[in-house]
Amino acid sequence: MAENKEKGEKGTNREEKEEPRIGVYVCHCGINIAGVVDVKDVAEYASKLKNVVVSRDYKYMCSDPGQQLIKDDIKEHKLNRIVVAACSPRMHEPTFRRALEEAGLNPFLFEQANIREHDSWVHMKQPKEATEKAKDLTRMAVARARRLEPQQKPKVKVEKAALVIGGGVAGIQSALDLADMGFKVYLVEKTPSLGGKMAQLDKTFPTMDCSACILTPKMVDAARHENIEIITYAEVEEVDGYIGNFKVKIRKRAKQVLEDKCTGCGLCAEACPVEVPNEFDQGLGVRKAIYVPFPQAVPLVYTIDDEACLGCGMCEAVCGPEAIDYDQKDEILELEVGTIIVATGFDQFDATRKPEYGYGRYENVITGLEFERLVNASGPTGGKLLRPSDGKEPHRIGFILCVGSRDAKVGNPYCSRVCCMYSIKNARLYKEKHPEAEVYIFYMDIRAYGKGYEEFYRQAQEEYGIKFIRGRPGEIVEDPKTKNLLVRVEDTLLGLPLEVELDLVVLAAGMEPARDSDKVQRLLRLSRSADGFFSEAHPKLRPVDTLTDGIYLAGTCQGPKDIPDTVAQASAAAARAAIPMAQGEVETEPIVAFVRKELCIGCRICERTCDFGVITMVDRKAQVNEAICKGCGACAAACPTGAMQIRHFTDEQIYAMIEAALHDETVEGGREEVKTEA
Amino acid sequence: MAEFEPKIVAFMCNWCSYAGGDLAGTSRLQYPPNARIIRLMCTARLDPAFVLKAFAEGADGVLVAGCHIGDCHYVSGNLKAEKRVEMLKKLLPELGIEPERLMLRWISAAEGERFANTMKEFIARIKKLGPSPLSASAGV
Ligand SMILES: Cc1cc2nc3c(=O)[nH]c(=O)nc-3n(C[C@H](O)[C@H](O)[C@H](O)COP(=O)(O)OP(=O)(O)OC[C@H]3O[C@@H](n4cnc5c(N)ncnc54)[C@H](O)[C@@H]3O)c2cc1C
Ligand code: SF4
Ligand code: SF4
Ligand code: FES
Repeated sequence: MAENKEKGEKGTNREEKEEPRIGVYVCHCGINIAGVVDVKDVAEYASKLKNVVVSRDYKYMCSDPGQQLIKDDIKEHKLNRIVVAACSPRMHEPTFRRALEEAGLNPFLFEQANIREHDSWVHMKQPKEATEKAKDLTRMAVARARRLEPQQKPKVKVEKAALVIGGGVAGIQSALDLADMGFKVYLVEKTPSLGGKMAQLDKTFPTMDCSACILTPKMVDAARHENIEIITYAEVEEVDGYIGNFKVKIRKRAKQVLEDKCTGCGLCAEACPVEVPNEFDQGLGVRKAIYVPFPQAVPLVYTIDDEACLGCGMCEAVCGPEAIDYDQKDEILELEVGTIIVATGFDQFDATRKPEYGYGRYENVITGLEFERLVNASGPTGGKLLRPSDGKEPHRIGFILCVGSRDAKVGNPYCSRVCCMYSIKNARLYKEKHPEAEVYIFYMDIRAYGKGYEEFYRQAQEEYGIKFIRGRPGEIVEDPKTKNLLVRVEDTLLGLPLEVELDLVVLAAGMEPARDSDKVQRLLRLSRSADGFFSEAHPKLRPVDTLTDGIYLAGTCQGPKDIPDTVAQASAAAARAAIPMAQGEVETEPIVAFVRKELCIGCRICERTCDFGVITMVDRKAQVNEAICKGCGACAAACPTGAMQIRHFTDEQIYAMIEAALHDETVEGGREEVKTEA
Repeated sequence: MAEFEPKIVAFMCNWCSYAGGDLAGTSRLQYPPNARIIRLMCTARLDPAFVLKAFAEGADGVLVAGCHIGDCHYVSGNLKAEKRVEMLKKLLPELGIEPERLMLRWISAAEGERFANTMKEFIARIKKLGPSPLSASAGV
């Protein structure tokens, strides 16, 4: 819980207790700022502003000597407010706040003017105007600084438990790492089993390990781990709170099979008379109404598919341990966790959106994932690749790359990063078993960027005799009698139009954000990048954090990835999530609402405005529960009397900035000395 | 005569639009320098009085920018700002200010280009409208 006691009535006093003594520091940022903005002029100008005691310019304010300058001045000149005109506060505000703290000044007595991202970098050809703007921004910062007040950062205890959403290889890896570090992990998976897409794959490039053979041990480890609680057939319904104290509601759907009784013997499925298409086999095979998605499922507990079940009672009749419970209801679990890792994965591009390739209309056009199931020994054909139309082994196979990737027409301009490699893998697999087969790959470029990938591709070309044709096929036409397929393509290397007759075409359908990303986004208030995948806090420096403290990303929910990258990122996310849990407590922003009681007329407008139930009325005056206030400011904006305020964003502070934005208030006086060069 | 250079005050939320402005900067997208941005945690904080104050102090235009609907860090702060801006647009003509001088835009942290284009578009719009009837430069 937030510990805010100290704040009390602090900040409610509108009179400044002490005369502000402000230090202004204008940063050159090498030539990033100084190359456009006349920094000396800005510093000279700032020295004339009321309450400014020291004004300097310096090469790199964020460097150690730059920070030392501030610290020394605070001591020597008894500064009590600091303004730095430099980069974006989103970049270095924490750095400078720390410097203030080290010099014994409250870190909130700091204001940063953004004269780089918002000025020198965007007005590079207008040095005069950029300099004027820098002066204005500095003046605004000084105006706000005068009215800043010290704030105490509430400390929040961090629950030593994590929630991992999604039980694909990413989620499994994150859960295992955190559990090994000693943290409790709740691993929530939507389907009845862990595994994700990796469980559906046959072999994996470039080493050709059998996918299940390297994945199943990890699934079993997760199931055995004393710190991991696996919750399958479940979805997150509500997330409340913040880093350290997320309150999560999970709906665990009724499997109608008691998890602690089911031994996974499978007699029930043998007895069940109902057959429906098996999602795990991409609908190519069948399963029963009571089922496990695949034989190595974890947990190995059967699930009754409510929609398919006839209620005939056959399964109940054969179940020895009496595990079947038709009356079982969905369960709502309430958890408290300190951190959350999102590992909700991807979905395959819906190939019917490329109608020119006939997927869904032509029986012998299949997707990459369907191919994986058809060549897998536990798949619907027992590992024999057979043409869907006539059950014969195909002799001529073509793989088409970039289906739904690098394709602005379907709204996916990005590269899915795995399709080149998995198609080459599958082409090689088929050639290995059928050296006489004719195998074609239609590509735009081959992206074989990983360790051992280029070699893998070269071998496919040189040793396996797979034919690579450069060109994106324009259309596929089916021969209605033979169900053979005619691929029309322009070979862009030869500059010739080609027609290739094939028995089977495999579309390398790309990766798309998981279909329920909207829901997950809203639950966790994540943002998404232009491609629709969840976005990280910083593309280079914070690749697994999100902008919400305490929430991290792992695997393909953040963008297309192969397994090695997915696993690496999953371990990274676990390491990041472990930091606040290991520290045990985190400091949070004290930017929350407070009431000036003398102004409150008890109208309750704020109470109605707040979406988070923060405000209650006590003795006909508004009262804020600071521990749950998010600091959005909606209440303050709605309050008719100015009684409701936000710490660090009070009306006076904002009005002062508005005035300063529009008026030059340079007044002489109020300063003892002026220094302009360090 | 020098060309009219409008004074613009912009209110932007910390999480999306202000960050979009940072991205415009790191991408070195160039736009005219007329706006002075005031950072708020969320557009929910936008008291209509801030906008009126800006016009009263002589702003020729006021730009409000926040996260896209559904993306607000505080769930629906931007919806509240949208309502307030609609209300203000009805009120402004009573004060003799053209409602076009107030603009609301959703700009995400990934939309540096949209940020720069918004600046260009809004500044051009205000240039066309000329000085605000309330600004000191009006009628001079
Ligand atoms: C045809 C094909 C072949 C491939 N071959 C290879 C290969 O040979 N080598 C290689 O390195 N990579 C290969 N890949 C890529 C590989 O599949 C991915 O890198 C890997 O599966 C990503 O794992 P993940 O955990 O991020 O996502 P996923 O595997 O998609 O797992 C996500 C999990 O989260 C669950 N989930 C989703 N939403 C929710 C929710 N809201 N609540 C709870 N749970 C949820 C899902 O049910 C799923 O179990 C291939 C991909 C395809 C399509
Ligand atoms: S700042 Fe936002 S969350 Fe806090 S009380 Fe006001 S409206 Fe509610
Ligand atoms: S809106 Fe303002 S005056 Fe009305 S109850 Fe809330 S704090 Fe008091
Ligand atoms: S946080 Fe951007 S509009 Fe609310």
